Amino acid sequence: MENLRELYQEVILDHNKNPRNFRKMEAPDGFAHGDNPLCGDQIDVYLVVKDGVVDDVSFDGNGCAICTASASMMTIALKGKTEAEATALFDSFHHALTEDKPYPEDVPLGKLKVLAGVKDYPVRVKCATLAWHTFDAALKKLQGNISTE
Amino acid sequence: MNNTAQYDVVSIRNDFPILGKQIHGKPLVYLDNAASSQHPVQVIDAIKELYESGYSNIHRGVHQLSQDATKAYEDARASVRGFINADCMHEVLFTSGTTDAINLVAQSYARPLLQKGDEILITHMEHHSNIVPWQMVCEQTGAELKVVPISDKGELEMDRFAELLSERTKLVSVVHVSNALGSVNPIKTIIDAAHAKGVPVLVDGAQSVPHIPVDVQALDCDFYAFSGHKLYGPTGIGVLYGKEKLLNAMPPYRGGGDMILSVSFEGTTYNTLPYKFEAGTPNIAGAIGLGAAIEYVQKIGLSAIAAHEHGLLEYATMELKQIDGLRIIGEADQKAGLVSFVLDTVHPHDIGTMLDAEGVAIRTGHHCAQPVMERYKIPATARASFGMYNTFQEIDVLAKAIDKTIGMFA
Ligand SMILES: Cc1ncc(COP(=O)(O)O)c(C=O)c1O
Repeated sequence: MENLRELYQEVILDHNKNPRNFRKMEAPDGFAHGDNPLCGDQIDVYLVVKDGVVDDVSFDGNGCAICTASASMMTIALKGKTEAEATALFDSFHHALTEDKPYPEDVPLGKLKVLAGVKDYPVRVKCATLAWHTFDAALKKLQGNISTE
Repeated sequence: MNNTAQYDVVSIRNDFPILGKQIHGKPLVYLDNAASSQHPVQVIDAIKELYESGYSNIHRGVHQLSQDATKAYEDARASVRGFINADCMHEVLFTSGTTDAINLVAQSYARPLLQKGDEILITHMEHHSNIVPWQMVCEQTGAELKVVPISDKGELEMDRFAELLSERTKLVSVVHVSNALGSVNPIKTIIDAAHAKGVPVLVDGAQSVPHIPVDVQALDCDFYAFSGHKLYGPTGIGVLYGKEKLLNAMPPYRGGGDMILSVSFEGTTYNTLPYKFEAGTPNIAGAIGLGAAIEYVQKIGLSAIAAHEHGLLEYATMELKQIDGLRIIGEADQKAGLVSFVLDTVHPHDIGTMLDAEGVAIRTGHHCAQPVMERYKIPATARASFGMYNTFQEIDVLAKAIDKTIGMFA
């Protein structure tokens, strides 16, 4: 069990116990619901975008430690990013968890790196990426809405 | 530990090669039997022997191998008949599993019969495979699905069952042992009550046949479904027992070879039971493997297995209840084979990964019983389920691993 410390690092356990930006937003610009039917993880992501920049992002729902910590860390990482930067960060993060080759572009993961250990637990990758996929869906919906306006 | 002194779990374990395996450097503690059980060498050998020296397609061949394979296949049917005490061989249909068996009844028995306003009665603790086929047939016919609620303890609310059973009810379909809660339902009472109103009953026995001696004639159930792979047999094989009278009146489920007597473009004459419901080349090796599994279970004795597992269940319940922050989901008075639980501080999915690191295989998730999860307002549970080869020491390993998990997440 001790070697699981690679997976469940202190930072992850801390974010799981005290998730940041864990709140529902009453009037978000963007919103999406994500499900991981395999394990019952469910997450809602709320998004406020001002002038193409992620001004606020929050989540609520119910998930395992990997899912909750990843969502919590995601909200911190995304704040202040432009939409393009946010999407690039999602790509880079997703790449780090699913591919052996390094990500071709220079998009540093920063603190998100502690989640890279999940790569060695293939059944748990979906847990770590659920919040990001949900964020991506919320952003796409928002962009879709704007472009049709 | 108690009344199982003569039960030789060590020699049973020696029959299951996989139990000697190490997982992450730890001895495997296999507690995922409700999902699928492991195989004794007797089952593995039966399949190996078939492929090495007795294999051919069945029923149509005049050559020796075909006759041998046909005999082995039909011998397996005879084993199943004896195991559940069906009245005759042709009441035993081979299917691909419980799911397939329930779909067969839904489409061949219920669908032609159901009309708008009719009802199918199931319970809140069904596996998805005893929910979705009925939803489909209700959609096809305009019938309605009614659900017997369950109590906080995980028992059927029998007074509500009595109320819901009405002249509109055309079939009751109920799980014998719940795979999510472990509850053993009073199916004899249910069957008698339904029959008093002329309503037939299908029993989902996927979780019961490995743990409880079943006698379909004593139960007087109309249909009984189970899977081979939870009974120490192979996947892809299962059984639908049906009363001859009902099966004879039902149209075939699937058309094809083997299920016919003669085919012409003017018309086709269907084969007799059980072949009418076994279209196409069946899972020959699966059936033979299942036959071998049943023989193995009978050699150990299902009553002895049940007693051993009951001891494990009581011991596990006692051990787990001592763990702070652990809550058992499903505390029916009558339980078999498994403990579902949640922890205050650790999500079931994380429990699963943590226990795996200790070599302990359990299942986490909704166990294909999402309505049960919703009933108890939990996203998922962790479930330890027992088989004939599990030991009290393995329960100790489980309990210790849960303690460690809680410690790490504290
Ligand atoms: C109670 C119950 N019914 C039905 C099934 C479905 O069995 P199968 O997947 O073998 O068709 C299961 C398997 O998990 C079960 O536990």
